[in-house]
Amino acid sequence: MKNFLDQLNFVKKCREYHLGLWQCPSFLFIIMGTMNVVAMLSTYMIAKRYDNPEIVIISVSGVSIIIFVIGSSIIKGVEQVARASMMKSEFVSIVSHQLKSPLTGMRWSLELLRGEKIGELNDKQSDYLKSAYENVSRMVRLVNDLLDVSRIENEGIKMIPQKISFDKTVKDVVKELEFFAKANNTQIKFKSEDNIPKVYVDPIRARMVVQNLIDNAIKYSSMKGNVEIELLKKGSFVCCQVHDSGVGIPEKEQKKVFNKFFRSNNVTKKQTVGTGLGLYIAKAIIESSGGKIGFTSEEGKGSVFWFSLPIASK
Amino acid sequence: MEENKQKILIVEDEATLQKTLQEVLTAEGYSALSALDGQRGFEIAKEEIPDLILLDIILPKMDGFEVLKALKDDETTKFIPVIILTNLGDLNDIQKALDLGATTYLVKADFSLEDVLKKIKEIMTS
Repeated sequence: MKNFLDQLNFVKKCREYHLGLWQCPSFLFIIMGTMNVVAMLSTYMIAKRYDNPEIVIISVSGVSIIIFVIGSSIIKGVEQVARASMMKSEFVSIVSHQLKSPLTGMRWSLELLRGEKIGELNDKQSDYLKSAYENVSRMVRLVNDLLDVSRIENEGIKMIPQKISFDKTVKDVVKELEFFAKANNTQIKFKSEDNIPKVYVDPIRARMVVQNLIDNAIKYSSMKGNVEIELLKKGSFVCCQVHDSGVGIPEKEQKKVFNKFFRSNNVTKKQTVGTGLGLYIAKAIIESSGGKIGFTSEEGKGSVFWFSLPIASK
Repeated sequence: MEENKQKILIVEDEATLQKTLQEVLTAEGYSALSALDGQRGFEIAKEEIPDLILLDIILPKMDGFEVLKALKDDETTKFIPVIILTNLGDLNDIQKALDLGATTYLVKADFSLEDVLKKIKEIMTS
């Protein structure tokens, strides 16, 4: 009911879109509807009162012209909204591309210094270089996420699917993140059913999803957790579950989890790392691969995030 | 001794990237050549016939796609493996470069120098 009332509150909505009332499609639409009803009633009255077809025609044409004018402003309003959204996406994409070059320059230069290929470093220097390097890498990830979001919004995420052994992908990611888990005091375990069939998916994208879910599980386990990854076959799907013993997601926030920029209240206070884009992108990837993604969670106890991917046909 | 070194041509207009790549490749024992624009890149490739070319896409004078096409159309350079090293990461660009005959395609920001080096070695030894 509240949603319905919110939808009717077009004045507030138009203000959010930064549109004047006379440019605002929902307002104009209501005016047009009212005009239609009034016009019909008055045509009926006129036709009844005067036995003269010319008057009826003139009044109907008058009303049609007004409706036509309002209709064209509705279209203009919609076009303006569409243009604004397009400009926003283009902006994100240009900014991200322009950011990538200087970031690469920084990252490679730091790597060169850290590798001590052009001179030895003392411990303090290496420490600071390490943190600079990690920060740059984080920025690269953020830029990539923003680019992905703008791609998802523009043309949908494009993928090159292949038949792949998913247990290998997951195993690789687990191995790669073992170090991160250790740094967070978290145990990470992987178990898989035997003979997991191959799935049909874009390998790079699928890897991103696994990485994101495990990374989240470790990150939100607040320094004492267990993360368990399980791979199993369910009907015509391969299902991957990531269990954690972390902070969990408060019930009233659960329906927003896959929204863009979502970050749960109970973590933003403690954890500043994170953009709130990972799960949004993961959902887009899994759904365009023909799979499903979801979770169950209890605040203070932990969460299980899972996704499924269709088994490749032979 | 100098003669035995494998030659790698870097076609990259960003001075920082060009310098870091050159530094690393030299340290690894390769002889690194550089060009800061596409046209110069193609000229050097023809003169020196390097063992491998690292090619950016967004370049002055001739862009990477044009250079790649010119290299692959030329009898003397068409056998040189080309690694595209760019920050354009759209599937369309990747497909286009591979169709034109690039050996592999790396998005710079997603790869560390070490990864790039690994790829180079992989291709040089195959």
